Amino acid sequence: MQRVYLDNNATTIVDPLVKEAMDPFFTQIYGNPNSLHDFGTEPHPYMRLALDRMYKGLNAPDDADILITGCATESNNTVLKGVYYDIMHHGKRNQIITTPVEHPCVANTAKFLESLGAELKILPLNEDGIVDQEILRRFINPDKTALVSVMWANNETGMIFPVKELAEAAHENGALFHTDAVQAIGKIPVDVRDANVDFLSFSAHKFHGPKGIGGLFIRQGLRLTPLLHGGEQMGGKRAGTVNVPEMIGMGLAMEMAAQNLEYELTEVRRLRDKMEDALLKIDDTLVVGRRGLRTPNTILCSIKGVEGEAMLWDLNKNGIAASTGSACASESLVPNPTFVAIGINKDLAHTGIRISLSRFTTEQEIDYAIDVFRNSIERLRKISSSY
Amino acid sequence: MAKNDLIGGALWEQYSDKVSSRMDEPKFRGEITEEQAKALGAKLIVADWGAEACGDAVRLFWAVDPKTNTILDARFKSFGCGTAIASSDMIAEMCIGKTVDEAIAITNIDVEHALRDDPNSPAIPPQKMHCSVMAYDVIKKAASLYKGVDISTLEEEEIVCECARVSLRTIRDVIRINDLKTVEEITNFTKAGAFCKSCIRPGGHEKRKYYLVDILKDVRKEMEKEKMAEVSETKEFKSMTIVQRLKKIETVLEAEIKPILAQDGGSMEVVDIKEEEGNTIVYIHYLGACQGCPGATAGTLMAIQQFLNEKVDASILVEPV
Repeated sequence: MQRVYLDNNATTIVDPLVKEAMDPFFTQIYGNPNSLHDFGTEPHPYMRLALDRMYKGLNAPDDADILITGCATESNNTVLKGVYYDIMHHGKRNQIITTPVEHPCVANTAKFLESLGAELKILPLNEDGIVDQEILRRFINPDKTALVSVMWANNETGMIFPVKELAEAAHENGALFHTDAVQAIGKIPVDVRDANVDFLSFSAHKFHGPKGIGGLFIRQGLRLTPLLHGGEQMGGKRAGTVNVPEMIGMGLAMEMAAQNLEYELTEVRRLRDKMEDALLKIDDTLVVGRRGLRTPNTILCSIKGVEGEAMLWDLNKNGIAASTGSACASESLVPNPTFVAIGINKDLAHTGIRISLSRFTTEQEIDYAIDVFRNSIERLRKISSSY
Repeated sequence: MAKNDLIGGALWEQYSDKVSSRMDEPKFRGEITEEQAKALGAKLIVADWGAEACGDAVRLFWAVDPKTNTILDARFKSFGCGTAIASSDMIAEMCIGKTVDEAIAITNIDVEHALRDDPNSPAIPPQKMHCSVMAYDVIKKAASLYKGVDISTLEEEEIVCECARVSLRTIRDVIRINDLKTVEEITNFTKAGAFCKSCIRPGGHEKRKYYLVDILKDVRKEMEKEKMAEVSETKEFKSMTIVQRLKKIETVLEAEIKPILAQDGGSMEVVDIKEEEGNTIVYIHYLGACQGCPGATAGTLMAIQQFLNEKVDASILVEPV
């Protein structure tokens, strides 16, 4: 049976070149980079190259930090908790502003800080399902807001947030600006200088790097209390022995993401649009969010009368991997929070299917998936009591 | 359990083969039309339960022989996940050949058991058990339509946990009989709260009329009161044995004094009790925040003694050790 992976917003295949680049760092160049001997210094040039690639990928100036972390969850926790310890904990700026559609690693961290005394403001979304500068300006408080945290692109809908404008409004009000760019890198241009963000989180496995490694950009001149206390690795800013092989892999993956960006914006988009058009041709389906405002690889589709998990089941039987929402939430059975937040009709909240492509998705795979979707929708609608 | 909880996402692996195959090819999917029912000489019943907005909805069709009240045929349609489709399919099959009254007796637990591959392994994971509940409710709905009565008249007991079908009466009884002190114990004894967990406390998958945490609290309170009443109803304090006196004093301390101390993070225990010159001397030992608290040897101590004097006997003296 053919297998088609259309769940690239959950994780991606590691690019074979990335895997190859990591290989020597398991059995040949395996020293601890903090050791003084040759074994320890051998990986240094490769690590420097990886950093060069990441700084270039994000267009970060050399005097900024890009910390290597364990995952974007760690990066996001570092920012929110660091700002809490450094500013909110003992100052008059005690407010975090965020959106209702953040990944749980931002949403739940913010809620945790609220339980410690921080004030949490969740912004409403506009009719497009995003937060714009006008909304942020309406709610930001020039005396109270310490941090604004808004994702660059949403994991479920692919909706892109106007990060540059939001950072501008945050700065005008004396607040710091953080963006979770996990779903943006490799899909749309990400430039920390142009967007003028203070903190930016990313994760290698979303752009064909390995799992278990992420990064955190910290603007030049800013310093955060670390999340992990310990040794002097990463200039004392993130303790814990650096995951050298994966850092090497992430560097190359970041470079390749930039090299393939044009392909993503044209060819991946073409295949995505082909899939989307085919789904929209089926009666009573809808896709969330305007195409022009979405990452080029994502479709969040609602199919009337077909429950999301039942659809996922049928797709899986046919070798196709998709998602009903965030993979972290797929066991929780509650309606898709993004659907709820963007005001989708309640009846449709249980019908969401997310399809996410990558540069490894082929036209033949999309054609196959379109066929399977048509057949499964027909079958499940025959069973359905509400169609 | 911890080791098994560390890697999530195995929801579907926990479905039995019967669940999978009925999801893929439900045998009783579809409708019964008026004409088909008429051809059987039967009355057509169409019952709906749930709503698409809740994530699960099912429609059950029955063709019932009006002379014998026997369900001659059954079909279903469902908006729901694999578990909901598979259990609806099993429900339809189980209804066929039964009288309406026999069908009412089918519970979601019977359906889940019928879907098992082997009798000792659950057919579906715990968090999916609530999907089978709807199949049970829709039978009740169909029966109420057939009988022309309100569905509430078919429900004999207040059900607290729909997944495991545990009634309010059962839960109250096990708490009392087994002196249960935690919700986990209730779950271990009755299975209530073991599945979708909605009935444990507010904020779960769905809103409930009763929550285990509240039931436990209420029953424990009742039990404490009864215990107090029991002890005070017995004989005169002076004529009690030393053990009876200790018990009586401890009951009062437990119910009235300790909760007050606990508010400030403190507690106390009785270390000994003695009879001396017509007085009952109670030796107590402070715990937690009470240790070293200046009030412990002054105001608090006086309050404890006064309280015992009023509630138990005027001859009691309290001594901290």
